[in-house]
Amino acid sequence: MVLTHVHDLDDAAAASAVVFASRYVQDPLPRYELGEKSISKEAAYQIIHDELLLDSSPRLNLASFVTTWMEPECDKLILEGINKNYADMDEYPVTTELQNRCVNIIARLFHAPVDASEKAVGVGTVGSSEAIMLAGLAFKRRWQNRRKAAGKPCDRPNIVTGANVQVCWEKFARYFEVELKEVKLREGCYVMDPDEAVRMVDENTICVAAILGSTLTGEFEDVKRLNDLLAAKNKRTGWDTPIHVDAASGGFIAPFLYPELEWDFRLPLVKSINVSGHKYGLVYAGVGWVIWRNKEELPEDLIFHINYLGADQPTFTLNFSKGSSQIIAQYYQLLRLGFEGYRNVMENCMESAQTLREGLERMGRFTIISKEQGVPLVAFTFKSKDETSLAFKLSSELRRFGWIVPAYTMPADLEHMAVLRVVVREDFGRPLAERFLSHVRMALEELDHLAKGGPVPRMRVTIELGPPARGSGEEASARVVKREAVVPVHRSVSLAGGKTKGVC
Amino acid sequence: MVVSVAATGPGTGAEPVSSTSFASRYVRDPLPRYRMPERSIPREAAYQIISDELMLDGNPRLNLASFVTTWMEPECDKLFMDSVNKNYVDMDEYPVTTELQNRCVNMIAHLFNASIKEDETAVGVGTVGSSEAIMLAGLAFKRKWQNKRKEQGKPCDKPNIVTGANVQVCWEKFARYFEVELKEVKLSEGYYVMDPVKAVEMVDENTICVAAILGSTLTGEFEDVKLLNDLLTKKNKETGWDVPIHVDAASGGFIAPFLYPELEWDFRLPLVKSINVSGHKYGLVYAGVGWVIWRCKEDLPEELIFHINYLGTDQPTFTLNFSKGSSQIIAQYYQLIRLGFEGYKNIMENCQENAAILREGIAATGRFDILSKDTGVPLVAFSLKDSSRFSVFDISENLRRFSWIVPAYTMPADAEHVAVLRVVIREDFSRSLSERLVSDIRKILHELDARATHTVTWVSTATAAAAQSDDDGVVAKKSALEIEGEVAARWRNAVNKKKGVC
Repeated sequence: MVLTHVHDLDDAAAASAVVFASRYVQDPLPRYELGEKSISKEAAYQIIHDELLLDSSPRLNLASFVTTWMEPECDKLILEGINKNYADMDEYPVTTELQNRCVNIIARLFHAPVDASEKAVGVGTVGSSEAIMLAGLAFKRRWQNRRKAAGKPCDRPNIVTGANVQVCWEKFARYFEVELKEVKLREGCYVMDPDEAVRMVDENTICVAAILGSTLTGEFEDVKRLNDLLAAKNKRTGWDTPIHVDAASGGFIAPFLYPELEWDFRLPLVKSINVSGHKYGLVYAGVGWVIWRNKEELPEDLIFHINYLGADQPTFTLNFSKGSSQIIAQYYQLLRLGFEGYRNVMENCMESAQTLREGLERMGRFTIISKEQGVPLVAFTFKSKDETSLAFKLSSELRRFGWIVPAYTMPADLEHMAVLRVVVREDFGRPLAERFLSHVRMALEELDHLAKGGPVPRMRVTIELGPPARGSGEEASARVVKREAVVPVHRSVSLAGGKTKGVC
Repeated sequence: MVVSVAATGPGTGAEPVSSTSFASRYVRDPLPRYRMPERSIPREAAYQIISDELMLDGNPRLNLASFVTTWMEPECDKLFMDSVNKNYVDMDEYPVTTELQNRCVNMIAHLFNASIKEDETAVGVGTVGSSEAIMLAGLAFKRKWQNKRKEQGKPCDKPNIVTGANVQVCWEKFARYFEVELKEVKLSEGYYVMDPVKAVEMVDENTICVAAILGSTLTGEFEDVKLLNDLLTKKNKETGWDVPIHVDAASGGFIAPFLYPELEWDFRLPLVKSINVSGHKYGLVYAGVGWVIWRCKEDLPEELIFHINYLGTDQPTFTLNFSKGSSQIIAQYYQLIRLGFEGYKNIMENCQENAAILREGIAATGRFDILSKDTGVPLVAFSLKDSSRFSVFDISENLRRFSWIVPAYTMPADAEHVAVLRVVIREDFSRSLSERLVSDIRKILHELDARATHTVTWVSTATAAAAQSDDDGVVAKKSALEIEGEVAARWRNAVNKKKGVC
């Protein structure tokens, strides 16, 4: 508690003034250095709250998969758990148990081969980035141990993925010194091609990573085909290369909408899976899960053992202290919704996505490149030739209505394609979908209008001023030296050595 | 929104809408532990069930084990909940939130006397905690060292890092996960931090950095970074190795600038290249925010940075985590402008005073040795003068009965025979709580004394009785005290493994 000083008269008057009448909202805000004096808490709240008004509205942020709405009861639980440090397992044993329950529930959702009362192997993380790094670390260590046992060099590990991977795989590769071998995309095939991937596997490959729910188009990669081809290659070579499934988005969709689809631990080569609790797990940003097939897939020397209530609690995370709220919220959702609840939500999302897709198709200007099966999103490009700049322009226009719909260029080898992508989250119902479509129509009209009449063509003229002509009575003379047309150019920030925006 | 299914009445399996939670069947059904339940349940029932279970967690305000903040002003709680649905990493979409992070980085960099010019922005980033911050700093050191060695044509496959054995577990994680050898300077009785002289001795050509702690986890002491800097400068001159320093100021970073502004531990020392601090410790924010600051651009290798297209301009980022909540960053900015320099100073002074009250109260019992120093992080670490009849572990367990959570730890190598109780003084631990804790400790000492005496009497009567009846006078039964001693020893051994005291 900040002790209240007995202020002199001036400060007392300031303290009781209405925030907007006080001097606090006139003084320049500290930006680079800590201010000398304190300010009242109401003023601090108001100032920050007001600045944040200029952030976009999270609910209208159609760029992100990450959950932006939860039930008020869950908000209550989140606020109640806000001052619990999740890492204090001794002190908050129930919270720790909730995490363990979530791990077990999610593992069984993915058909992990555990008995009814056996403990699954997995951990809660801050997001799929941490989950992927942990899974990658486990693969790297297992591969190193195998190579050392065989007396072979283990200094050049690599990982095979599609070029459509999310930026965190590139981070993993760069920070943990693993080479990233990317399977390039091609027109019409916007995900990793299993045949090409298996061809690229060599003895230094620590794993092949498949994505369930590609970031750009929402497609599910064909993990079964990858498993079968890789199993055949492993038999030939004896290399024993495993698979990791990045189910960041798809992990909470496939089990409810496509239960027959074999992508998880039902495939023998799949050794670990990550899923984002904060995407279709329907929790606010800050929770992910990684599950291993069994104990053997997680090398013991990576695990730290904490003494927890006299019993051993093994932990394997990069982060230590963090909030408990998201873990509690995840358990709330699993308990509250159950299987039928999640299925209902996902079915609703798919229906909204279909409304969007049909509405956009009817406008006749777009090609839909996302598939109907997969993550509920709609990715579309302009049919016309001038599509790159049009996509960015439409994205800009839609901002004026409040919607955030990002435009991206596809990765290698399709950089000439610009795509607009709308993600359908739980809280994007039909009414919003129809309103969005009407705004798209209005935006297109505006763009067409501008293209036709267009802005006044611009020209740059270079003029040389000189002394006045004798006897002209003028003050100076001007002479046109150069005349050139100015064509507006789209400034794009270069993809410096790899992925940038981390479309996620 | 979950579409509500209109199904009520018998046979539908749904409860009548007017049922109260505790009248419904939802509190009779067993909770899902291993499998996802088939059906949904109403939101009120879900809330009630989980909230009830969580009642059995410890009370965060009484958790004296942790440095991590457990109280913030209601205005800040409001800001927190307002932004709970903002994904911090969407920089394009939430530019103000991103700017708040940048402002925090600059303020903290200035607090640490980073050498930045007027119009220059500081180099640093917000993280989820000091663990991530330390891993990023360590990665930067490792990469710089590797690049240097490659230029010199020397091998770079065996990097190491020199720290004290008192480091927090995240350094060990960094070492294990990023394949760097950890060279620990062992402690000794009476000296519970890293000895700069020994540390510099252990430095070799493969050392990527020496890590000093400002606010040792176990005793709250500040390590002598200045001495380390001076000794290391000399060694660098002799060897030409150019080994840098990292200061782990997880706790101390928000204390030293306010209480000990003359203490030179930060970027004022030329060899210090990066510093991490936990926003969620004495930065006075709830769990989930840390900061790492680099001295200047050159100390952060460009190849580690990812460039995000942010509003058409370049936003460089260097983090391990990607999506995460924005609330803690906003809360940190709230604290920085709300409190300002004088506010933080007042709070730290209060903590120090309350620590002094606690220390005096504990010393006055006459039964404890105080191991923590007067300067440093406001905490009190104390051990029993006489552990023969009961140990600090017994005191710790008994304090739980009064709802206090005060952990007992054994010191790391080479002082494992010393066991301590540690009370951390946070912002919200007032004088009245201090005094209450002392009186509860007195009560417990009294109880434990009585119990120990009682047991001795009982055992001696029993053994005497046994001896009389037994022909050869050998006492086969183990005394209760011996059993207690064995249990305590086993407990001590179990805790001796790196607990991740934090």
